[in-house]
Amino acid sequence: MLRFIFSRLLQAIPVLLVVISVTFLLIHSAPGGPFSDEKAVPPEVARALEAQYNLDQPLWQQYTSYLTDVLQGDFGPSFKYSGRTVNELIAAGLPVTAELALYAMLVALIIGISAGIFAAIRPNTMQDYIPMSAAMLGICMPSFLLGPILILVFGIQLEWLPISGWGDIPGDKILPAITLGTGYAAYIARLSRGGMLEVLSQDYIRTARAKGLSERLIIFKHALRGGLIPVIAFLGPAFAGLLGGSFVVETIFQIPGLGRFYVTSAFNRDYTMILGMTIFFAGLIIVFNLLSDLIALWLNPKLRHQARGGQQ
Amino acid sequence: MLYQKRCLKSVLILTIVGLVITQSGCGDYKSNVESGNLNGTLHWGNGTEPQSLDPHIATGVPEHHIISALMEGLIHKDGETLEPRPGVAESWDISDDGRVYTFFLRKNARWSNGDPHNAHDYVWSWWRALQPALGNLYAYMYFPIANAKAYYEGEINDFNQVGVKALNDYTLQVTLTEPIPYFLQLLDHYSTYPVHRATVEKFGTADQRGTRWTYEGNIVGNGAFQLKEWKINRRITVERNPYYWNADNVKLNQVVFYPTENVTTEERMFRAGQLHYSGIPSDKIEVYKAANDPSLRIQPYLGIYFYRLNVEQPHLKDKRVRRALGMTINRDLLVSQITKGGQIPAYAITPPGTMGYYPESDLTFDPETAKQLLAEAGYPNGEDFPTTEILYNTSEGHRKIAVALQQMWKKHLNIDVTLLNQEWKVYLDTVSNRHYEIARAGWIGDYVDPNNFLDMFLCNGGNNRTNWCNSDYDQLILEQVPKATSHQQRLALFKQAEKLLLDEMPVIPIYVYTSNNLVHPTLKNFGRNILNQANYREMYLEPEKSMEVLD
Amino acid sequence: MINPSPQIEQGSSLWLDAWIKLRKNKLALFGFAILLFLIVVSLLTPWIAPYSYEEQNLMLGATAPSANHWLGTDIFGRDMLTRIMYGGRVSLMVGFVATAVALVIGILWGSIAGFVGGRVDAVMMRIVDIMYALPFMIFIVLLMVVFGRNILLLFVAIGAVEWLTMARIVRGQVMSLRKQEFVEAAYSMGLSRWAIIRRHIIPNTLGPVIVYTTLTIPSVMLLEAFLSFLGLGIQPPQSSWGLLINYGVETMEEYPWLLIFPGITLSLTLFALNFLGDGLRDALDPRASKD
Repeated sequence: MLRFIFSRLLQAIPVLLVVISVTFLLIHSAPGGPFSDEKAVPPEVARALEAQYNLDQPLWQQYTSYLTDVLQGDFGPSFKYSGRTVNELIAAGLPVTAELALYAMLVALIIGISAGIFAAIRPNTMQDYIPMSAAMLGICMPSFLLGPILILVFGIQLEWLPISGWGDIPGDKILPAITLGTGYAAYIARLSRGGMLEVLSQDYIRTARAKGLSERLIIFKHALRGGLIPVIAFLGPAFAGLLGGSFVVETIFQIPGLGRFYVTSAFNRDYTMILGMTIFFAGLIIVFNLLSDLIALWLNPKLRHQARGGQQ
Repeated sequence: MLYQKRCLKSVLILTIVGLVITQSGCGDYKSNVESGNLNGTLHWGNGTEPQSLDPHIATGVPEHHIISALMEGLIHKDGETLEPRPGVAESWDISDDGRVYTFFLRKNARWSNGDPHNAHDYVWSWWRALQPALGNLYAYMYFPIANAKAYYEGEINDFNQVGVKALNDYTLQVTLTEPIPYFLQLLDHYSTYPVHRATVEKFGTADQRGTRWTYEGNIVGNGAFQLKEWKINRRITVERNPYYWNADNVKLNQVVFYPTENVTTEERMFRAGQLHYSGIPSDKIEVYKAANDPSLRIQPYLGIYFYRLNVEQPHLKDKRVRRALGMTINRDLLVSQITKGGQIPAYAITPPGTMGYYPESDLTFDPETAKQLLAEAGYPNGEDFPTTEILYNTSEGHRKIAVALQQMWKKHLNIDVTLLNQEWKVYLDTVSNRHYEIARAGWIGDYVDPNNFLDMFLCNGGNNRTNWCNSDYDQLILEQVPKATSHQQRLALFKQAEKLLLDEMPVIPIYVYTSNNLVHPTLKNFGRNILNQANYREMYLEPEKSMEVLD
Repeated sequence: MINPSPQIEQGSSLWLDAWIKLRKNKLALFGFAILLFLIVVSLLTPWIAPYSYEEQNLMLGATAPSANHWLGTDIFGRDMLTRIMYGGRVSLMVGFVATAVALVIGILWGSIAGFVGGRVDAVMMRIVDIMYALPFMIFIVLLMVVFGRNILLLFVAIGAVEWLTMARIVRGQVMSLRKQEFVEAAYSMGLSRWAIIRRHIIPNTLGPVIVYTTLTIPSVMLLEAFLSFLGLGIQPPQSSWGLLINYGVETMEEYPWLLIFPGITLSLTLFALNFLGDGLRDALDPRASKD
C-alpha cells in the first residue's frame, strides 16, 4: 500500500510539470495581455510594465525563472492586483472555499446517500421514483438558477436567511452550502442507488437474506460498503472541484473564495494568478484522486489485491 | 473497523452540530442598512475588487470611488453643478492669459498620520505620476501643463522645466502650454491627487509599481476618510480621518465598499437591506418605475455608446454606406424598449450640454434616404452587400443592442449581419488590431469638455481604432481649437469638427449613457452629476423611523 | 456467480434480448416516445414553427403567454414557442453529438487503461489528471483564436472535458471486471484482448456508463450556453435551450415565462432520457437476464 502511494506521488511530478508547461504556453499564446485596457496603453507605458514583470524577456527565460520561483514556493506577484502576491490571494480565498466545500459536501452526502439507499430498497416503486425524480431535478437545476431562486424565496420573500456575505451575519452560510451541495447530492443519489442495486443483487446479500438477517442490518452492515464504491470514485474529483472554488455560487452569494479569483484571473490575463491557481488545482486533483482510489481499495478487498498485483 | 465507523459518525455529528450552532439565530439579525443608519456606516455596492488604490496607477470607477474617499486634490467639483470648489487649495488665481494658475493651500491641511501637507507634496507627486516606469495610464491628464508631455516622453530630463513650482510651502504655481478652460476640473481627477512621499518611499522606490504602500495599515492619505480594513474580495472599510482639514463637517463615520461583481446580485443585496447604494440591471428599471420606488435614480452620465466602423474594410470604405448604417438605427425604439434606462438617443459623439456645447448633427432616423445612399454606393436594396459582422464584448446589454441592430439593418437595408461576441481581452485585441468590421464601443468622459470626446478620432489617436484619418479634422482639433480666443469660438470650432466627423461617420453614435442606481432613501446629500462622482464627505444617513418619532 | 454463457454463444442476442426487455418497460418506452417527439419536432421546426425565430417586434416587447403567442414573447417581441423549437435543434444536436464524442473517447480510454493496467494505465490516467487541471477557459479562448468560429469546435471543447470523468468511471469498472472468472475463461478460450474488451468488458460496463451519460447530456446542454457566452458556441439570433435559460434567469422576476418554458423543456428531455437510460441499463444488465 505504501509503495502504491509512493509511486502515485512520484507520478505527480511529471504531471505537475506538464500542467505548468502547457498552461504557460496556453496563457502566453492567448490574445490580449494582462495590461491591455479599453483606453489605449501608450507604448512607453506598455514597455515599462512589461519590463517590471519581466515580460520583455524571451519566453523560455520567463519560463525557467518562473519554475525556479515555484520550486521555492513562490508563485510570484499578481499582475492585476498590484502589490499582492499570488500566495497571498490563494491564502485569502482558500479557507473560505474549503469551508464552503465542506458544508456543501455534507449537504450532498447526507441528502444524496439517504435518497439513494431509500430508492434502492424498493426499486421501481414510488419510493424509488420520487427521490430519483427529485434528484433529476437537482441535476437539472444549475446553481445559477437554484441560487437566485433560494435567495428570492428564503432571503427576500420570507426574510429567513441572509443572502450574501460569508461569516458576516449568522446564517449566511446556509443558502450557499445548499445551492452548491444540491447538484452533488443529485449525482450522489443516483450513483448510490445504482451501486446499492448492484450490490443487493449479489449472491452474498441473498445469502444474508436467506439467513433471515434483518433488512436494516443487511443494508447498513453488508450492502452499504460495496454500494458506495461508485460514489467514492465520484467524490475524488468532486471534492477537488469544490476546493477549486465555485465561481457561480461565490458570485451569487458574494463569497470571497477561490473560484472568483480563478475565473477573473483568466479574464484578466493575470498570468501568474492563472498559473498559481492551476498548479494548486492540479495538486488538489492529484491528492483527491489518490485518496478516492485508496478509499475504493479499502472498501473493496478484491481490488486491493489487484492493486498489489499491478505493482509487481 | 467498528471503531472507525463510530469515529466517523461522531465527527460527522459534531460538524453538523457545529454548523447548526454557528449558523443559528437567523431571522433576528439587523440588516446592514438598519444598523448602518444608526451608527453612520454607509454600505456601498462598488462593482469589483479594486486593482490598486494608488491614484497614479488605478483606472476604473470602483477604484475611483474608494480613492475619492481616501484622498483629495487641490479642488473639488460641486456635487451637483461640477463647479470648482476649494479642496486642499483654499483659493486660486488665474492669470489674464489663462496660462498661469496660482494655488493657495490651506495651512491646516494634514495627512492622515498628522504630517503637514503642503505645496511640495504636489510637486513631488506630480513628478512621480509622470515617471513612465510607473505605468500611469492617466499621465495625459498632465499634458496641458507646460513641458509635462515632453518630460513624460523623455524629450527633456529636467523636471524643473515642467510648469509646476512650489513658490513657498503653501503656494503652488502651475503653468500651462495653452489656456484650456477645463484645467481646474483635472485637479479633481484622482490621477492628479497627491501621495504621501514618506509612505511611498518606505515601501519601495517612487516609480515602482506594485509596492504595498496602499494596503491596510500602510496607506496615508489626505482625504476625509482613512483605510480601516481591506479584506480581499470581501469588503473595504474606510473611517473618518481626524486630521482631515474639514473633519468637523464630515458626517459619515464609515463607508464600507463591497466588491459586487454582478449587478443582479448587487440589486438583490440592496433589496435585502444589505446596501445603501447599488447598480440596477436594465430589466429591473421598469419594475422600480412602476412601483414609484424612490430609490431609483436615473441621471445623465457623460458617456457615449457607439459603434466603430473599420473604414479599411472594402465595403465600409464608402462613407455613403457608413451613413446608411447610421441612419437606419431607430434609436428611440432602442432606448425605450431595449436599454430602458432613460438613455438619450445620440446623433453625435459628444453628449449634448458638455460645457455648454450642443453638437450640430444632420443625422436622423431616415430609412428612405439610407436606402438611396446604399443604392448609390452600389448596393441597391442591399444586393451583393457582403455579410457583415458586429463584434461586441460578452455582456447581456451589448448583446441585446447588437441583436436589435442586426434586425434593424436587415429590415431597412436588407443586408445580412452576423454577431460575434468575444471575451473582453480578446475583444480588445481584435479591435486594436483592426480585425473587425463593426465593433461596439463606449467612452466615458474623464472631464467635461468636448475635447475629451473629439480628440479620440485624431489620425494617430490611440483610441481611434477605426483607421479613419482626416487631416482637416486633425487640423481643427490640434491647431485651431487651442488658438480660439473665446469660449464661443472654441465651441464653434468643435462643432465644425464634429460635423465633419459625423458626415464621414467612421463611428455611429447610438445613445448617451445614463447612470442608473438604487440609492436608499435614508442616504441624504447623495448629489447628482454627470460624472457619477460620489462625495462621501458630504453625504449623511438619516434613519426614517427616528425622524417620525421626533415629529 | 456471473453467467457469461449467453454472450459467448451468440454475441448479437445481447441487444435483441435487451430490446425485448425494454419493450416491456412502460416508463422507458414513455421516455423514448418523448425523446422521439422532441427530435421529430426539431427536425420539422423550419416548416411547422408558428413564427420566424429572428423577426422582432420591439414595440410588442416581452408579453405573457396569450392566444397569439402560446408561450409568450421575449423582450424583442419574438415568439417563445418558436425560439424554443429552434433552440431544441441546437441543444439536442449538441447534447447528443458532444456526449457521443465524450462517450467514445471516455469508454475507449478507460477500458484500455483499466484492462491493460500497469504502466500504460498509470500514464493514461495521469494524462486524464493533466486534462482535468488545465485552465478550461484559456483553452477555449485559444481554440477560437486558432481555428476561428466553427460549430465543430463546440464538440471538441465539450468532448475534451466531458470524457475525463467517463474514462475514470469506465476504468474503475473494468479493473474490477478483468479478474472475474468469465474474462479469465475468455482468455483461456484464446480470444484476443481486443475481442475481450469489445465483447465482454464494454457490455458489462454499460450500466454505470448509461447512467452517467444520461447525467452528462443535460450538463452538456448547459455547458454549451457557457461556451456561447465565451463566444465559441452559437451566435444570436440563433438560440439554444441553455442560452434561453441563461437569459431567463436574469429576468426571472419580471418575465418568468422566459425561464419557465425553456426550463420545462430541458427538464422534460432530461426525465425522458433518464427513464430510457434506466430502462436500457436494466435491459442490458447481463446479470438481470438470469432472474
